[in-house]
Amino acid sequence: MQELQYPFDSRYIIKKKKSIKRQLLDEGTGFTNKKIAVLGGSTTHDIIMILELFLLDRGIRPEFYECEYARYWEDVMFDNPELKEFAPDIIYIHTSNRNIRQYPALSMSEEEAEELLAADYNHFEKMWGKIENTYHCPVIQNNFEYPFYRMLGNADATDIHGRVNYINRLNAMFAAYARDHKDFFIQDINYLSAVYGLDKWSDPLYWHMYKYALSMEAIPTLAYNLSNIIKSIYGKNKKALALDLDNTLWGGIVGDDGVEGIEIGPETSMGQVYSEFQGYLKELKDIGVILNVCSKNEEENAIAGLNHPDGVLKPDDFIVIKANWDPKSKNLADMAGELNLLPESFVFVDDNPAEREIVRSQLHVVSPEIGSVEDYIRVIDHSGFFEVTNLSADDAKRNEMYKENAKRAQLEASFDNYGDYLKSLEMKGTIKSFEPIYMERIAQLSNKSNQFNLTTRRYTRAEIEEIAGSDEYIDIYGKLEDKFGDNGVVSVVIGRKNGDILDMDLWIMSCRVLKRDMEYAMMDELVHKAKEAGIKTIRGYYYPTAKNKMVRDFYGLMGFTLVSEDEEGNRTWEFTVPGEYVNRNSYIRVNE
Amino acid sequence: MSREEIYKRLNEVFRDVFDREDITVSDETTAADVEGWDSLIHITLMDAVEEEFDIRFDMKTVVKMKNVGELVSAIEEKI
Repeated sequence: MQELQYPFDSRYIIKKKKSIKRQLLDEGTGFTNKKIAVLGGSTTHDIIMILELFLLDRGIRPEFYECEYARYWEDVMFDNPELKEFAPDIIYIHTSNRNIRQYPALSMSEEEAEELLAADYNHFEKMWGKIENTYHCPVIQNNFEYPFYRMLGNADATDIHGRVNYINRLNAMFAAYARDHKDFFIQDINYLSAVYGLDKWSDPLYWHMYKYALSMEAIPTLAYNLSNIIKSIYGKNKKALALDLDNTLWGGIVGDDGVEGIEIGPETSMGQVYSEFQGYLKELKDIGVILNVCSKNEEENAIAGLNHPDGVLKPDDFIVIKANWDPKSKNLADMAGELNLLPESFVFVDDNPAEREIVRSQLHVVSPEIGSVEDYIRVIDHSGFFEVTNLSADDAKRNEMYKENAKRAQLEASFDNYGDYLKSLEMKGTIKSFEPIYMERIAQLSNKSNQFNLTTRRYTRAEIEEIAGSDEYIDIYGKLEDKFGDNGVVSVVIGRKNGDILDMDLWIMSCRVLKRDMEYAMMDELVHKAKEAGIKTIRGYYYPTAKNKMVRDFYGLMGFTLVSEDEEGNRTWEFTVPGEYVNRNSYIRVNE
Repeated sequence: MSREEIYKRLNEVFRDVFDREDITVSDETTAADVEGWDSLIHITLMDAVEEEFDIRFDMKTVVKMKNVGELVSAIEEKI
């Protein structure tokens, strides 16, 4: 819903939240259900209501648990049975500087002030440890916003008795804990409140009247940001950018003004601001966002513009460049097809509002109201499309991988026989039980895979680790390399033992290795492991979603027999483990 | 702006906030008369009123208000 995209009108959202919710529920389909426990140190009622809107808009339907007023600590430490029964998927701890019990008094020595800091920190750390051991779920914790007054003026930041100083140190300790703990995330309200304006954020009226730690109008900013973290945890980040060129990546129109006429580079202020934007995009590429061009231009002119000597981005930084006169919605859809991504994984950036509207209405692709060129970075950044929660090594390499894929496509075109092509790739697979170094990637893949996903079950890293440590499962990951490069972990299979039956809880594969026989290699390994475990029958399940039609007959292809199908299209398949099993994969050398 | 005009806009605010088209408030209306008007939705209501009339209530005013009539008087004072 466009009204819920950054930059949004907070007061409109606050006023209309009931009807917005109704509309989102009416129009949305295929929601992922998640249970979110909100443990507040102040009132959380409207935070929950507005968070719900942003989550629904991102395809997540939340069910909430809300602790009694300011009982965040007690609920966890004294095992509130209601919270336990709720069994949250995520715990959000909304605390603020109103929950800091005591600041250093002016009379305190340095040691006493240190002790106080340690005590305040331990109060929280104890609770986080307890959550980790009891709930095994991701935790999102607020850090602290600055106080709204400074007793010592500017010295408040430097003197050990200053509140600003105290909060800075406490926040650094929170951050250190987050660095050391997977599935623990800081929501940086220190930054958020600064961006919003601290005086407006911490309006004391809302604390004294309603016990809100922030003003009503700041709540949408808090909730939007929180929904970004949550959707990122569940793999709903955007993956790619489709970028216009003229007046988006540079000033002017390359077809009319010529390469020497466009504004990019240090010579003019307009050139500088476009350079800064290109530099920002290059940084996004480094965290794994795939850059593409979607421009109405002669291709020759587009490439010439991108080769401008002062440009930060070069043609090589992009995976797909669509520069022609077709509608942009068509180009974007084609682009998605070529990259094996869904159109909804894209963010479309264009200075022309009409183009944005067409792409939004035709493809339901997000296209922010980016404003004027000096606003581009802020709007894209604050939108949180690419919110980082788990940065895996694969993210940093993603653009390389897509580049390699483009080379594979060229090679494929040079062979008449597909088998010869597969042979020429010289593929090597590693297919083994889950290993510690890949836990992060395995969890990430389970949350990101939508198309090649039989059951669409999502797993947190903690759950993956639990499965890996348990005898009740057969768990396999698959990694694929070829002569162009390493694709990393691309497939995950989890089966749950049930006597001599193995129930397949999960079978996923990254679409970037489709048609490489990797699925057969995984099947071979699964059968071998099942045999070792004395399994007689493997039972496969297919649960249809809006996105996984491509694997409707997958188990049939693997040699399973269809046992049943209900009216919703849920399918059950069976495979009898044979005495003699002949490997189906012949192109990938596995575990050599 | 007359009280009548204020009421016209105020009723719209109530309808938006409560998401019900059948609400009409008057001088004597109190929270007890409108279904769902609890202390929580009251915060939203105050914010929406402030937005509609582009005003800001101070705490003293908010604390004192007893019925819609007093709310309208407070609006009159501010605009």
